[in-house]
Amino acid sequence: MAMYPGEQIPLRQMNIGQTGTVIKILGGRGLMLRLEALDIRPGKKVTKISSTFLRGPVTLRVDNTQVAVGFGMANKIIVKIDQFLPGNFAGR
Amino acid sequence: MMRILLVGNPNVGKSALFSRITGTHIIASNYPGTTVGFTKGFLKLGEDQVQVIDVPGTYTLEPISKAEEVAVEMLKDGDLVIDVVDATNLERNLNLTLQLLKRQIPVIVALNMWDDTRHRGININVGKLEELLGVPVVPTVGVTGQGIKELVRRFPEASVPETTYSGSDERWARIGDIVKQVQSLSHHHHTWYEHLEDASNDHIGGIFIALLVLSASFWFIRFVGEGIISYIAEPLFEWLWTPLLMKLSLVLDSGGFWHNILIGKLINGQIDYSQSFGLLSTGFYIPLGAVLPYIVSFYLVLGMLEDVGYLPRLAILMDTLMHKLGLHGYAIIPTILGFGCNVPGIMATRILESRRERFIAATLISIGIPCAALQAMIIGLVGQHGGQYVAMVYGSLFVSWLIIGFILNHAVRGFSPEILVEIPPYRLPLLRIIAEKLWLRVHGFIKEALPVVLGTVLVINILYAMGIFNSIANVAAPVLTNLLGLPKETIVALVVGFLRKDVAIGMLAPLALTTKQLVISSTVLAMFFPCAATFVILARELGARDTLKAAGIMIAAALAMGGLQNLIL
Repeated sequence: MAMYPGEQIPLRQMNIGQTGTVIKILGGRGLMLRLEALDIRPGKKVTKISSTFLRGPVTLRVDNTQVAVGFGMANKIIVKIDQFLPGNFAGR
Repeated sequence: MMRILLVGNPNVGKSALFSRITGTHIIASNYPGTTVGFTKGFLKLGEDQVQVIDVPGTYTLEPISKAEEVAVEMLKDGDLVIDVVDATNLERNLNLTLQLLKRQIPVIVALNMWDDTRHRGININVGKLEELLGVPVVPTVGVTGQGIKELVRRFPEASVPETTYSGSDERWARIGDIVKQVQSLSHHHHTWYEHLEDASNDHIGGIFIALLVLSASFWFIRFVGEGIISYIAEPLFEWLWTPLLMKLSLVLDSGGFWHNILIGKLINGQIDYSQSFGLLSTGFYIPLGAVLPYIVSFYLVLGMLEDVGYLPRLAILMDTLMHKLGLHGYAIIPTILGFGCNVPGIMATRILESRRERFIAATLISIGIPCAALQAMIIGLVGQHGGQYVAMVYGSLFVSWLIIGFILNHAVRGFSPEILVEIPPYRLPLLRIIAEKLWLRVHGFIKEALPVVLGTVLVINILYAMGIFNSIANVAAPVLTNLLGLPKETIVALVVGFLRKDVAIGMLAPLALTTKQLVISSTVLAMFFPCAATFVILARELGARDTLKAAGIMIAAALAMGGLQNLIL
């Protein structure tokens, strides 16, 4: 899964260690509010820290906080990739 | 009386700050949801006594879970809000602050975790922040008490400033503006425990750590529990209590009505705490001698796991499995609380978002999760015959938990939301707070359990004397003997299980059951019905209809599992 700076992908597809900016959240107002409460909203930089096998939660870092989001949710958060990290391509 | 509200995000050290301000004992933990319901304390302010209320942690005043609704509800009748802000997460925390400033209630900000900002390379201009917010801002360190005096001294300066924003977009823009003006970041190095945090996020490392943590916890609970029993509880009973009871026995002429009620039967002329079944003998021994040591060791370990910040990480690891049961990973937290006592476990299901999840989680806890009192008795009684039999009971409970969860996930309508949880940084637990919390829980157990156990033993003895159990036993005999392979006398224990499960297991001791019968009866007792206290909470949380449904599932599951054990063991 090659990813280039500027590409827009769901958070779930990011490489571990990669940083991106949240562009939009595909979901209802309920999901928007829940994510916003944890400071995950359009314009925020997020770094993917880990994912769990078997469609488990995805962990990300927002500022100084780590947040785990469900697999389906991670599919609804669309980010624009900031950094090009060649070393991480084998990471997933 | 003046009411001061402590409001803030989860994991900002709010409860520790509360304990510092009020100086009373209070549950302070590291994960969201623990203070659902609320805790209050008192503070002397000049001549006046004021009430301080620890409001459940919330990220926003637009509530999402039941716990957060409570928080918003409580804002309505406060005279002053202390907004506890995590200085290392200024932006997210200011979101709540700005929402609070719009309410017509004076606010003072405690900039907590102040000591953490330095090693994280965060510099905050407190004076500037105070100016921009228009309310006092005081740096504090909840765990050490730094800044508390200053905070209290500045209460009178708290105010309702003019706030000019409308809608969440404008609010976030304003927050961004404030953060830009007051905060600057410098580089910092990873500390060793930040590396550990990363390791437990990695899934292979995570599973390895989870196995390590859980087996160490189990070993520690058993080691400490058994240690207290053999070196403290048993000697105390043997050297202090038994001689007293034997004197009383002589005074009562070693028999008769009062002797039977107070001391029970003498076995070979001696008091046998597991068989005599008198109010003062077995009635005291079960809660204080057999169960209390395990309560102490369980809650000691639980308190440490909570305060270190491990439980949310476990929730993430369990997420995939829990989805198969119609829950998400976060439901593991009420479940683990249930291992101590089902009552707080079921109450904690309020942190789950949907009614469906709460029903499934509460039902599963009351069926498959044995409380510490029950476990202590099972380990004591079944364990005499070998560890493998204890494992059989636990294995059966775990399998039932899985199967019933799987069925409920397919049978109960509705959907399950996904996990969304903040993972707090690992923190070294404070001995003082661990000890306070342990004391609170142990004290709660003694206060709640001792009278009920004594009452139960008393009722049992009276019913025995009246011969009522014999008629119940005859009615239930076909089910017990044919389906479960148990002698009809075990019905007494099953009936008593509704009052106290530990006493019920204790009643199996004099029945001379075979090992197989012990395994079956322990399993059935654990599953078939919650104790009275749990039942009341279940009814309160789920309502009458769902409680009846849950009860039906429990009885059916217990009979099915017991019958199965009878066939294959």
